[in-house]
Amino acid sequence: MNKKKTLINNLVTYGIVIIGYAVMMILQLTGSLSSSMKGFLVPICIYVIMAVSLNLVVGILGELSLGHAGFMCVGAYSSAVFSCAAQELITSAPLRFGIAILVGAAAAAVFGIIIGIPVLRLKGDYLAIVTLAFGEIIKNIVNIIYLGVDSNGLHISFDASAGTAGLGLLEDGRVIIKGAQGISGTPQDANFTIGIVLVLITLIIVLNLINSRDGRAIMSIRDNRIAAESIGINITKYKLMVFTISAALAGAAGALYSHNFATLTPAGDKFNYNASIMILVYVVLGGIGNIRGSIIAAVILYVLPEKLRFLRDYRMLVYAVVLILVMLFNWSPKMIEWRKSVAAKFKAKFGRKKTANEAEGGAQS
Amino acid sequence: MNMLEVSHLSISFGGLKAVNDLNITIKKGQLYGLIGPNGAGKTTAFNLLTGVYKADTGSILLDGKNIAGMNTISINKAGIARTFQNIRLFKELSVLDNVKVGLHNQMGYSTIEGILRLPRYFKIEKQMNEKALELLDVMGLKDCAGFTAANLPYGKQRKLEIARALATNPKLLLLDEPAAGMNPNETEELMETIRFVRDKFDMTILLIEHDMRLVGGICEEITVLNFGQVLAQGVTSEVLNDPRVITAYLGE
Amino acid sequence: MSFLSYLVNGLSLGSVYAIIALGYTMVYGIAKMLNFAHGDVIMIGGFVVFSCMSNLGLNGLLSLLAAMVFCTVLGVVVERIAYRPLRNAASSLAVLITAIGVSYFLQNVALLIFGADAKIFSPIVNLPNLQLFGGELSISAITIITILTCIVIMIGLTLFIKKTRAGQAMQAVSEDKGAAQLMGINVNATIALTFAIGSALAAVAGALMCSAYPQLTPYTGTMPGIKAFVAAVFGGIGSIPGAMLGGILIGIIQILSSAYISSQMADAIVFLILIVVLLVKPAGILGKNVQEKV
Repeated sequence: MNKKKTLINNLVTYGIVIIGYAVMMILQLTGSLSSSMKGFLVPICIYVIMAVSLNLVVGILGELSLGHAGFMCVGAYSSAVFSCAAQELITSAPLRFGIAILVGAAAAAVFGIIIGIPVLRLKGDYLAIVTLAFGEIIKNIVNIIYLGVDSNGLHISFDASAGTAGLGLLEDGRVIIKGAQGISGTPQDANFTIGIVLVLITLIIVLNLINSRDGRAIMSIRDNRIAAESIGINITKYKLMVFTISAALAGAAGALYSHNFATLTPAGDKFNYNASIMILVYVVLGGIGNIRGSIIAAVILYVLPEKLRFLRDYRMLVYAVVLILVMLFNWSPKMIEWRKSVAAKFKAKFGRKKTANEAEGGAQS
Repeated sequence: MNMLEVSHLSISFGGLKAVNDLNITIKKGQLYGLIGPNGAGKTTAFNLLTGVYKADTGSILLDGKNIAGMNTISINKAGIARTFQNIRLFKELSVLDNVKVGLHNQMGYSTIEGILRLPRYFKIEKQMNEKALELLDVMGLKDCAGFTAANLPYGKQRKLEIARALATNPKLLLLDEPAAGMNPNETEELMETIRFVRDKFDMTILLIEHDMRLVGGICEEITVLNFGQVLAQGVTSEVLNDPRVITAYLGE
Repeated sequence: MSFLSYLVNGLSLGSVYAIIALGYTMVYGIAKMLNFAHGDVIMIGGFVVFSCMSNLGLNGLLSLLAAMVFCTVLGVVVERIAYRPLRNAASSLAVLITAIGVSYFLQNVALLIFGADAKIFSPIVNLPNLQLFGGELSISAITIITILTCIVIMIGLTLFIKKTRAGQAMQAVSEDKGAAQLMGINVNATIALTFAIGSALAAVAGALMCSAYPQLTPYTGTMPGIKAFVAAVFGGIGSIPGAMLGGILIGIIQILSSAYISSQMADAIVFLILIVVLLVKPAGILGKNVQEKV
């Protein structure tokens, strides 16, 4: 009864992704895809994964996380370091990239645990502020990290003033991370197909988790923590589980990111508080707890600024106004009341019309 | 055969002794009542029994095992389940899922088995569904299984809370004001349900109540609390006729 | 001597953070929302002062007054249009996301009007430095004024909350909105007043901060907004003395870390200390651990 509905719901979600993929591939093969849209294909996958994985924390566990982009950063950097270091050892790009993705996910998962542990005792806004703090710490560290590899092995330095010289590399050494200048020369192994595969894997993990014993336990914590405790649910275990899985998925998205662009730096709004907030906006607009909504919202909201380019300088201003209006329209109780009354009036009007027609039709025959 | 032995249980909050030297003994399979004016310490006693608070002094023996000082989760695993004064359901989950969460520690599969949808997932989910529907049936809620818990009428929400507590396979069931907000018909039905649960599951039940008809109707023995202390204890009819109890609690 | 100098600067920066944190914590305690647009009101305040001083030729204090009025009106209008309709929304995340929308809005308005390049801000007061210890320790006038302003504000706010009816209404609303309403308190007006005071404080913070750190862009408010949020939580969110304490501590930690450990890692160290403190005191230094009633 309920299970069938859920199953169909989920199949629709998978269907949307697969159809989207097929449509894009056809457009690409027939050359109908603009170059800007082509450039969007992998990033859309990245941000869909980010939104879905954040929704796991915000919508399913019910906790506010403001540092999600930090996990993407960890995944991006660790996977890029691996790919750069292993460039000569593993020449098969798919294999190397596959391992890189796993490295990125694993590294991010470790950070998910590191963050999850202090967060266990905290609730609500205190938990949120700690996630924000971690995101900023990660961004700071990544700004001053230097990493190089030579015949002696791996060298790391956090000395910004010494720069690459602080690594003390031998003649045959190679610098991989150059502090604020980041990593350049990561093999660009990412493509749309791999991106969609990762999206599908993310969906399988998240949707299957939600519709399982663990998923129910997690949602029970969200709905009523005290009651969940009283029936023996291990709050700590599940909080950690959600943070770790969510972080790992974000790490995989990060790997997609670092292998899609020639250079990887912490500059701009890719890994900072603004990036985390942007993904949170996707999640809330798509529906808190609504996985399919996250996918659709991420796609639309990522592409929207591009489509608003005709507004030129007013673009982001319009985006902001639209965001505020959409929130008010969807969430304001007074608005919801108004919508319901309009819908009721609409139904009443059409209902009356129908019976009048039936009466007419009956009288005529 | 004593299911619950509480001895010299006390707790203070900032100088105020909320529960003072509480002693209760409940036999296995008994229907026991805890009554007293508002603020007498009844829910505090429940919170002590379920590990929400840690007592300052005293011991709590559940079926011979000392559970004082244990946390809520462990106490539930040891065999105490409770319902709450303000109903605490998992509002966004379905009625069926609310009970299935209760079954969490009774049957399960690993996270990996769930995510990869291995055969064990299907097998155990089927068992959980059957067991949950069974419990809902017992409580008369089988028809509501697919509804969202928040949409149930109040009386049914209360029953769902009991069903969920039963799912955890407890030895002792604590009901905190189960008849709160119910009209006389609903209370009558609740009394039958509680009696039925005790008989069918061989359950020991301790309930807090203000509704004297329910207390007089189903509780075999009761303890009266006043200002955190035991005022009277014993067979219900005798205690309810005790003049001290009448003056302190029932008015005239 | 340099340590003293850093300490004084830390105290001054901390005072700015404290003033911002006070606005944050008041809005949180009374309207129960995290106002993510608060940092951008600071930025707007800075720009109003800048415009008044450079375009209208007004002196520093008049410009500050203008900024306070402007930001107060802005805060009240935003609350009425964007936040009040969502006060009883199904999820508290709704008003949060709307605040983010307001934040984007304010940043982009400033961007459109003033452009992205950094404006050079002239301090609102032009007084000579204070020379102590025979000229070894030089403290700028702005630094002293900032610290004094913070103290005055803290005392004024505490008196306001305790002694005036409006202030007590704010306390009542922060503890129990429903009960306050039943007691005849105009909750809407109280919350509007909260936003008014918070925004006015933000304008003051903006003027003082830009006087000390004279580069102003549409994004100048973001980081201080975050730090002030951290400060408010650090001190115990909803607590006025906590916000003050949190702000000062964060300012001192930031300056000292920047001077003695690493200027790039100063922020990270501030955040790290926050995490450590919350591990030990999950409700903040002065926060009350409010137990949910079972």
